[in-house]
Amino acid sequence: MTTENLDSLRDTLFAEIDNAADLDALEAIRVAALGKQGSVTGLLKGLGQAAPEDRKALGQSINTVKVAVNDALAARKDDLEAGALDAMLVEEAIDVSLPVRPHQDGCIHPISQTIDEMLAIFCEMGFEVAEGPHIETDFNNFTALNIPPEHPARQEHDTFYLPEKEDGSRLVLRTHTSPVQIRTMVAEQPPIRIVVPGRTFRADYDATHSPMFHQVEGLVIDETTHMGHLKGCLIEFCRAFFGVDDLPARFRPSYFPFTEPSAEMDIGCSREGGGLTIGAGADWLEILGCGMVHPNVLAACGIDSTKYQGFAFGLGIERAAMLKYGIPDLRTFYESDLRWLRHYGFAALDIPAVTKGV
Amino acid sequence: MLFTFSWLKEHLETDASLEEITDRLSMLGLEVEGIDDRGEALAPFVIGYVKEAKQHPNADRLQLCVVDTGNGDEQVACGAPNARTGMKGVFAPSGSYIPGSDMTLKPSKIRGEDSNGMLCSEREMGLSDDHEGIIELPDDAPVGEGWAKWAGIDDAIIDIALTPNRGDCASVRGIARDLAAAGLGTLKPLNEDKVAGSFESTIKWRRDFPAEAGDACPMVVGRTFCNVKNGVSPQWLQDRLRAIGLRPISALVDITNWSTFDLGRPLHVFDADKISGDLTMRFARSGEKLEALDEREYALEDGMIVIADEKGPQGIGGVMGGMASGCSEITTNVFLEVALFDPIRIAETGRKLGIISDARYRFERGIDPTSLAWGTEIASRLILEICGGEVSELTIAGDMPDWQQSQTLRTSRVLSLGGIDVPVAEQEQILSVLGFDPKVEGDDLNCAVPPWRPDIEGEADLVEEVLRIHGYDDIPALPLPNAAVVPNPVRSAAQDRVETIRRVLASNGLVEAVTYSFLDAKTVALFGDVPDTIRLVNPISADLDTMRPSALPNLISAIARNQAKGIENPSLFEVGPQYSDDTPDGQTTVAAGARAGHTGARNWAVAAEPVDAFHAKADVLAALAAVGAPVENLQVSTDAPDWYHPGRSGCLRLGPNVLAQFGELHPRIATAMDVDGSISVFEIFIDSIPPRKSKGGAAKPLLTLSAFQPVRRDFAFIVDEDVPAGNVLRAIRTVDRALITDAELFDVYRGKGVEDGKKSLALAITLQPKDSTMTEKEIDAVADKIVANVTKQTGGVLRS
Repeated sequence: MTTENLDSLRDTLFAEIDNAADLDALEAIRVAALGKQGSVTGLLKGLGQAAPEDRKALGQSINTVKVAVNDALAARKDDLEAGALDAMLVEEAIDVSLPVRPHQDGCIHPISQTIDEMLAIFCEMGFEVAEGPHIETDFNNFTALNIPPEHPARQEHDTFYLPEKEDGSRLVLRTHTSPVQIRTMVAEQPPIRIVVPGRTFRADYDATHSPMFHQVEGLVIDETTHMGHLKGCLIEFCRAFFGVDDLPARFRPSYFPFTEPSAEMDIGCSREGGGLTIGAGADWLEILGCGMVHPNVLAACGIDSTKYQGFAFGLGIERAAMLKYGIPDLRTFYESDLRWLRHYGFAALDIPAVTKGV
Repeated sequence: MLFTFSWLKEHLETDASLEEITDRLSMLGLEVEGIDDRGEALAPFVIGYVKEAKQHPNADRLQLCVVDTGNGDEQVACGAPNARTGMKGVFAPSGSYIPGSDMTLKPSKIRGEDSNGMLCSEREMGLSDDHEGIIELPDDAPVGEGWAKWAGIDDAIIDIALTPNRGDCASVRGIARDLAAAGLGTLKPLNEDKVAGSFESTIKWRRDFPAEAGDACPMVVGRTFCNVKNGVSPQWLQDRLRAIGLRPISALVDITNWSTFDLGRPLHVFDADKISGDLTMRFARSGEKLEALDEREYALEDGMIVIADEKGPQGIGGVMGGMASGCSEITTNVFLEVALFDPIRIAETGRKLGIISDARYRFERGIDPTSLAWGTEIASRLILEICGGEVSELTIAGDMPDWQQSQTLRTSRVLSLGGIDVPVAEQEQILSVLGFDPKVEGDDLNCAVPPWRPDIEGEADLVEEVLRIHGYDDIPALPLPNAAVVPNPVRSAAQDRVETIRRVLASNGLVEAVTYSFLDAKTVALFGDVPDTIRLVNPISADLDTMRPSALPNLISAIARNQAKGIENPSLFEVGPQYSDDTPDGQTTVAAGARAGHTGARNWAVAAEPVDAFHAKADVLAALAAVGAPVENLQVSTDAPDWYHPGRSGCLRLGPNVLAQFGELHPRIATAMDVDGSISVFEIFIDSIPPRKSKGGAAKPLLTLSAFQPVRRDFAFIVDEDVPAGNVLRAIRTVDRALITDAELFDVYRGKGVEDGKKSLALAITLQPKDSTMTEKEIDAVADKIVANVTKQTGGVLRS
């Protein structure tokens, strides 16, 4: 075997490798060259017949060819594999404009969301949630709240009644969340600082009244809380809730049987251009009722009214939600129309927190 | 409560503007609900003189009028039949807004002739419906002057919302008194002089009440007027009444209405010639009836106060007079009633009879008892002035009740309760103008509560009076002092579970609804019996007459309503109450949900499948797991209530405690409630979920990870058809709870190779060794135990 022959074999193999159409052909070339019966392998096997003085040089030459062929095979293999992968990728192409597999998110009702927003704010002010039953005694709903029978304020409540009992008493659907004040004060001694969100009921149904609606009630009882604190607490609340830092607020004297002095709170708004914008403007909007807890109410709950005092407030949750989120019609809150619920609802993970603003 | 600005000035000497007055009223607690400033609306209209009215050359029905407006002449095309030369009328110039037609005038050409402005009818001025012709003014009306001002109809009408405690402000005088206290003027004195009678009253008052009920009508005053003329009232009185929406009727009736609104002193006048004998205040007797002035007949009950003569009731005390004894234009002899009634009885009577009257409104809020005296005199003077005649001496029955009460205000309370330091002198001054006659005694103000303020019960009321007049605006707003910088959670752990479940269900694709706590009895009946104690006595409609025993019916109705609107695959949930009885414990909080139709819209990649019990079960398990319920240990029973499909529903329970129920809705109910297609529902009884176990704070148990490979083996068991898969799973897990960390059921097979009445359950079981890699021998040993236990517990055999 001459060096020329060896070079010729190498060049032939290189040419075959370059021309290999696919991995199988390449493998066949490898076997034919480097396999047990392969041409290069055969040359190595035949080294023993060469002259001893030539053996070393010849061996080196054959090995050089073997290494070169091996490298060429590997390089060609990489090329072919890359090509095959490219071909496969082209083949595997999909239409990514197709829609995804169906996934329907649910959502949270604006009433629940609004309650959560309110609680997030009141939490910061040290309130805790109290709850009570919807079917209430006349005492808790009226009498203990300083609304005796035939009091004119009772007429304004449009109470739902349950059947009269043998003893002549009759239970009512609570007309406000205030009976929970009574339940709390009967069960606990001050200091008390609670908020009470929940369902309330009045026998009234028109465009602006629903027989069921929601209120949130607040009660603070201790030895020193006065009307200045009432104002501070509620102004802070409204500013945080509506997200208006400079929201104007005013308190007007009013009357509730269970508070004395009593007030209604107005917040600033603008009705320019037909819409309603909460914030500094030419108009006022009544937002809630409040006052210092009437001594008769404290006494009815067994709390010493000469020692303890505090304030209470209540506001409508739907109304607050309507104002904040621009929901036009009260009655739609309870119609369970999925289009409405999805439009005015909130994502499940949109949990109100003061860390991000409510 | 309606009144006019000029009426107010009858009682209040003031320079304050309308705006100052109305702004202040709201801040005094007399909330202004509306101001109708007619003076401003009618300001552009002037008195015009029609110098000439001639036929329009191009229109048969129109005239061309040349009107002297006091500011030059204008030509106006006018279609009114009464337009004529020499008349005076109301001229509206171009550019003015016509309230009755809701239009702004522009100079125009009508049928080729210039027309600038308009001569107006009463309807165009928004005064009445009269559109027969234009307003005609008397000859002495001054041309060019403002018509409304000249006609005395430029008065602003103010409407205030009265709170139930302020009966005293159900009168113009009471409102004036509050404004005077607030520094907006001074209260003019009332002429309370006595009117001397010239003869003994022909009708006498008597009272006939049971001894214990004397306070029903503690005192009544009256007197007779002879030879009166009950014609129309003077213009000023008619104007006053009309301005507040009352129709003038006759002088006597108008005087009683005026007294009601001006002084808060309701009166009644009887035609004395229609009264037989004397008049008695007494309770109605059973069976008595009365046709009242509203021309309706009322059946009276014991406890209602009537004013009766020898023939029977002639009026309902404090509520409404009777038709038969009422005054008419031919009345010549009159008996005046000035009475005091128990507010509670009046409220009760008015409510029972369904009568809302101006008298009831005032009596049930409590009126000034001293008005028995001054009210009688003021009314007497006015009757004599307007109707003439002679007046008798007074007839009185009963005694003045003891209305006097004193209250002490510790002046420090204005700060400690009201939050503002009002100087003692100012406190004293405020209470003084309000009529409390405060006397300084040390740090206290001793007050005599005036008779018109029966609502004042204690010191807190006096604090409010001082604050109200001083102004709530001045109270400095302070933050609530917080005991802790980082407050406690606002919700308790139990309350928080409700919120967690709400948000988990929403995450699972359900949309939250809020539905009524009540529903109709017919739908309730589909869901079993409810006790009568939770049926409303006065429902707003028959659709809403029963407290819901389950939160599902309203949701299912909502599903059907949404389907009817063409919304596919509706899914809803609600977290709210259900009521089993009328006790507090009978109200429990549940999370209920419903999915109808398919799991989703049709999709190229995934076939939508009809919703079934397992979708509901998945919702339930997700919710339970989120609040730490021991989901792994729950038993499944097949005894869900009747509204579920009996073969496709279940309860998840811990022993007797049912945490939730789920399944397909019973087809009978689905049909009855108009649900279209598949529907699966669930109810989670949140109050029944055991609280999350916490051992020493928030720390979780230490995690120990095994260093050894887990082993997975598949098994298939043939079991009888009625063996619940859950039993097989439990039989597997109980073999070795530490080692067997997972058992997934991945196939249920019936058919070829499995004999009838049997099914094959295929399971993948994971063994997680803790101490060493498991040998084949050890694995086989566990597998044998698993097979043995499944056979023992369920009769199942390994499928070969």
